[in-house]
Amino acid sequence: MSIDLFFQYVVAGITYGTIYAVVAIGFNIIYNTTGIINFAQGEFVMLGGMTAVTFHQFLPLPAAILVAVLITTVIGALVEILFIRWLYQPSVLRMIIITIGLSILIRETALHIWGESVRSLPYFTGSSVTSIRFGGVYLSPQVLWVVGLCTLVVALLSVFFNYTLLGRQMRACAANRDAARLCGISAKNMVTLSFMLSAAIGALGGSVVCPITYVKYDSGTPLAIKGFAVAILGGLGNSLAAAGAGMILGALESFSISILPAAYKDAIAITILLLVLFVKPSGLFGSAEAARLKEF
Amino acid sequence: MRGRYLQLLGFTGLIVAIQLATQLTGNPYHLTQLTMSAYYSLLVIGLCLLIGYAGQISIGHAGFFAIGGYLSALLTTHDLSAHKGTAFMWLAKAGVLSSRTGLYGGDLLTVHPWAACLVAIFATVGIAYAVGGPVLKLKGHYLAMATLGFGSIVYRIVLGSAMVGAADGISEVPPFSLFPGLEVSGRAPLRVQNYYLAWGLVIAGMALLLNLVHSRAGRALSAIHGAEDAADATGIPTARYKLYTFVLSAAYAGLAGVLLTHFNGGIGPSEASIMKSIRYVAIVAVGGMANLWGALLMSLLLNYLSLRGYFGTYDDAVFGGILILIMLFAPEGLLRRQLPGELRRLFSRGDAEEAP
Repeated sequence: MSIDLFFQYVVAGITYGTIYAVVAIGFNIIYNTTGIINFAQGEFVMLGGMTAVTFHQFLPLPAAILVAVLITTVIGALVEILFIRWLYQPSVLRMIIITIGLSILIRETALHIWGESVRSLPYFTGSSVTSIRFGGVYLSPQVLWVVGLCTLVVALLSVFFNYTLLGRQMRACAANRDAARLCGISAKNMVTLSFMLSAAIGALGGSVVCPITYVKYDSGTPLAIKGFAVAILGGLGNSLAAAGAGMILGALESFSISILPAAYKDAIAITILLLVLFVKPSGLFGSAEAARLKEF
Repeated sequence: MRGRYLQLLGFTGLIVAIQLATQLTGNPYHLTQLTMSAYYSLLVIGLCLLIGYAGQISIGHAGFFAIGGYLSALLTTHDLSAHKGTAFMWLAKAGVLSSRTGLYGGDLLTVHPWAACLVAIFATVGIAYAVGGPVLKLKGHYLAMATLGFGSIVYRIVLGSAMVGAADGISEVPPFSLFPGLEVSGRAPLRVQNYYLAWGLVIAGMALLLNLVHSRAGRALSAIHGAEDAADATGIPTARYKLYTFVLSAAYAGLAGVLLTHFNGGIGPSEASIMKSIRYVAIVAVGGMANLWGALLMSLLLNYLSLRGYFGTYDDAVFGGILILIMLFAPEGLLRRQLPGELRRLFSRGDAEEAP
């Protein structure tokens, strides 16, 4: 493998790794406020991409993406209000099954709205053949968009959680729900907010990455599994670690193509997931004790 | 004790009644879907033991079904003629191979269905044993995701391997002749025979499970479901019981896969899909989680309706909807065992309140 090819694989890994990290961060936000893994997280990404494509038919690109993010956020809020908010101390098994059921319903609704066709947005700058050359490595400008926007989102999130009142209230709920409620924070509203936030992040990620990966009614589930693998790899609940783990998984996947048939690429993430679960469920970057302290 | 056998007898009566009804109304072709739903029911009751009684969720049982079905299909269709005269042929001497005339007139030398079936079941059990060990140490979300992951690995592998036909799956699987005069195949003249064979097997499997849940092992399982740590503290080897239950339910799934593949004459990757696994969980949930009879009856009904195409393009959505509604409004399942008591209490609420 030449050095240029090596970096080409690294670039591909970073691109996919970024979107996995975005899905994983969505998992983490909801997990931290509720202790629930939202199995429908991948569907938010799919919905974001799909609605952005639909609205781009009569809106300029930035407006279409904005509308897509807003719509998905509203759907995220509705999901929480209709299916989760009013349950009294639901068991984990119950929540797993409900969110799995939700992901099926969202997917099937998408199938009936958009059909089975594969859709995509145009490249934000240039076209699918435009490339920027760095030494011997060719970069699509869209890759820069994906990495740039996702980095921006992570930065904004960390500002939100550390410096705004609302973000700090959410963190308080994650740290100790009862104590937060005693201080007058509405824990239920924080949960709704966390669903909205992770839906919005998923939708943004879905529409940014859609020119490269395309989007189809069933593209959510594989993303959810990989996003979960990344969340676990980084240590559940820790978003910064998830970003790092996303890069690792993305790189592993893109290098695996040079060794294994491409059809098995998707099995890599799951194998890693299983291995981490068996060997070190607290994640690559987390110690067992740190895993108990939730951090966004 | 007697109640159990009366229930089995009643269910046998139901099966006979359904067959007679299709005969009398002149719809014997319904038996094909009913036979298929029998094999799915075999998987469902095994899964019901795991989810409802041992309290361990598995969203990957379609994987075990597919391993059984695919192995059996591969062994009984893969032509070994090219290996004639090689060391391989000791298998033929042992009677493991059978030769038959293929669809295009050529002579095929393949593994005998009995041998293939045994290999498939042993492989399923072996894989379940190997996977179950580490997987069952996990709880909650992790267990759900790990079994989901196992299921999707199996799906990805069968979808990506040219050897098992990739997206087309394996077709032209020969009938499985259990012994002369009785064969598992979808041929129309054998419809009634296959219907009784399949449901007979389900009833036998059910009898085994019913006896199991009423035995020492069954009580141990409900203790694990109730409070695993407490069960452990009272000396129940929780890890071993969970693993055995997992392996047993995988064996049921594998057997169902083998037989349905011979009955349909083929198998495709959709049998391994995650949606199939979720559908089985949905059926167990509607059936009442810890209620083998509920799961069996719901499986008979829902699989039949789905296979006859009554749900149309909403097939998957129906099962997703069922799953959500049950979990929102009746998380203990619809046909739960406590239901008769609860209804009685509901209707005689006035009396109950007077006498605390």
